[in-house]
Amino acid sequence: MERHELIVIGGGPSGLAAATTAANAGIECLLIDEQANPGGQIYRAVGTIPEQRASLLGPDYNYGRKLVDQFNQSSASYLPGTTLWNLNSQREIGILRDGQASLISADRIIIATGAMERPVPFPGWTLPGVMSAGAGQILLKSSGLVPAQGVVLAGVGPLLLLLAWQYLHAGVKIHAILDMSPSGNIWRALPHLPGALLAHHYILKGLRYQMQLKMAGVKFFSGVTEFHAVGGDLLEAVEFTHRGGRKRIDTHLLLSHFGVIPDSHLSRCAGCDHTWDANQLCWRPVADKWGNSSVDGIAIVGDGSGIGGAVAARHAGRIAGFEAARALGRMDEKQRDDAAREDQGWMRDDLRVRPFLEARFHPPAELLSAPPDETVVCRCEEINAGAIRTAIHAGHKDANQVKFLTRCGMGPCQGRQCDNAVSQIVARELGDKKMISGGYRIRPPIRPLTIEQLAALDEGADPK
Amino acid sequence: MPVFRRLEEADIRWVEIQIDGQTTQAREGDSVAAALLAAGLRSCRTSPISGAPRAPFCMMGVCYECLVEVDGIPNRQSCQITVQEGMQIRRQIGTAKGYR
Ligand SMILES: Cc1cc2nc3c(=O)[nH]c(=O)nc-3n(C[C@H](O)[C@@H](O)[C@H](O)COP(=O)(O)OP(=O)(O)OC[C@H]3O[C@@H](n4cnc5c(N)ncnc54)[C@H](O)[C@@H]3O)c2cc1C
Ligand code: FES
Repeated sequence: MERHELIVIGGGPSGLAAATTAANAGIECLLIDEQANPGGQIYRAVGTIPEQRASLLGPDYNYGRKLVDQFNQSSASYLPGTTLWNLNSQREIGILRDGQASLISADRIIIATGAMERPVPFPGWTLPGVMSAGAGQILLKSSGLVPAQGVVLAGVGPLLLLLAWQYLHAGVKIHAILDMSPSGNIWRALPHLPGALLAHHYILKGLRYQMQLKMAGVKFFSGVTEFHAVGGDLLEAVEFTHRGGRKRIDTHLLLSHFGVIPDSHLSRCAGCDHTWDANQLCWRPVADKWGNSSVDGIAIVGDGSGIGGAVAARHAGRIAGFEAARALGRMDEKQRDDAAREDQGWMRDDLRVRPFLEARFHPPAELLSAPPDETVVCRCEEINAGAIRTAIHAGHKDANQVKFLTRCGMGPCQGRQCDNAVSQIVARELGDKKMISGGYRIRPPIRPLTIEQLAALDEGADPK
Repeated sequence: MPVFRRLEEADIRWVEIQIDGQTTQAREGDSVAAALLAAGLRSCRTSPISGAPRAPFCMMGVCYECLVEVDGIPNRQSCQITVQEGMQIRRQIGTAKGYR
């Protein structure tokens, strides 16, 4: 089996920073990433796209070039277009590249797989024409594709506003922005404002985007509830309740977004401990200040260890890079502490805005845990919320039991789209505020493999 | 009418691909899913459970809604594959029942 000193999984700001820092400390390091180019979610395709498009995306996006350049100049090697389907506590990794599965291992691993958008089931969300806002942004970043006949943006979270602002500059017609955050959020966020003001550029940026959109005549609806995507075979309109009245907006494209959560399938597969984060409403891995998880030799950094944004992710990556240098004998503790001090300070400052953002963009509880009975929750197996509730009331008291009874979470996405929702429906039905029952148990392969791929893997492992 | 359009950009390099046997152009670097949407297609497969049409949802590899046949191999995640000259793409309409 191919073996490396350090493997970093994920080529976003945290992974790029971790790999660059470790390689610069003399560590032999391999960075693996699913995408075709380095950059992760925020800096997707940075450096490969036309100047004109890059300027639409704004200065934050273009900062990514610097990170990618530094990574390219380091001695770290790079394996793009490669998906992980397994990671175990022995630090053995299963990868899939060009349809071929193989195994590699490392003395140390840094998981930097980032976040995914929080999947929130609502009526009609499986209709073609409904996509996530992140998907819309990926089409813009990687392919220069924008909505042709207008778009409705709906949900909760800063990405909606950022994408709307980017679309505005690209000349896209925005039919409306529907904000589903509960009106009480503003009040719950206020006590966190003084702390947040220490990182006030984030708040000012949001206000500026909102002002420019309003000045351009974009319609905002706040306090939106009972949100439905409607249509026959394709999306035709959205319907929602606003100020006590039912409204309808015709559209062929809806981009929805409900914040981002750590993509924890890999860290759960590796057996790392996780806790329920009641502010971010997601599972997050337990990690110390160096990023070390509960499993020896596996660290987790960036948005994959809890949402902190791209700047904090970059600093966390560097900190974990220094810690890797210590663990692999290139630095002693004092050298590591000295090297990491500045990043720790900057990261702390940057994270001050988070409690405010988490309170301001906290999704409404009913949306996550109380979808109407007819709403499809598991998109793959088409299991609706009513079937899940029936299973719970028939005595299936946790997400895994519901899964085995209903097949919910057993399709190709392997529960990534319904895990969070099913866990929260279970907790709500049973009055469990602490999410004690946990999410689905995650077992390899965490990405579907074909029989042929598995068979070829056995041949490769055979020493004869 | 397509739901997405391309920004007008200089220096676009095109590759020729086939979607359901029809020759069309995609932009070099496009994912297969992006190429399908840019070609004006609204859905890429039907659900093996209910037969309802489905389309790419997340574009980042987590939802598996974008499965299509690429060069004869079914159930490929089209948002994760970059188009290549001459690529043969087929939508999975009423097929792939075995993939559950
Ligand atoms: C769709 C989306 C769009 C976003 N856009 C913005 C934005 O415009 N501005 C902003 O400030 N923040 C944005 N964010 C928030 C984002 O999480 C940033 O804070 C930042 O990108 C986090 O950096 P990171 O290094 O932790 O992870 P990421 O940048 O997410 O990088 C993780 C990398 O790991 C790879 N990966 C994941 N799983 C695997 C696997 N199993 N095998 C191999 N590789 C894997 C991914 O392909 C990705 O390249 C976005 C988030 C999402 C989900
Ligand atoms: S669109 Fe979600 S996996 Fe491809």
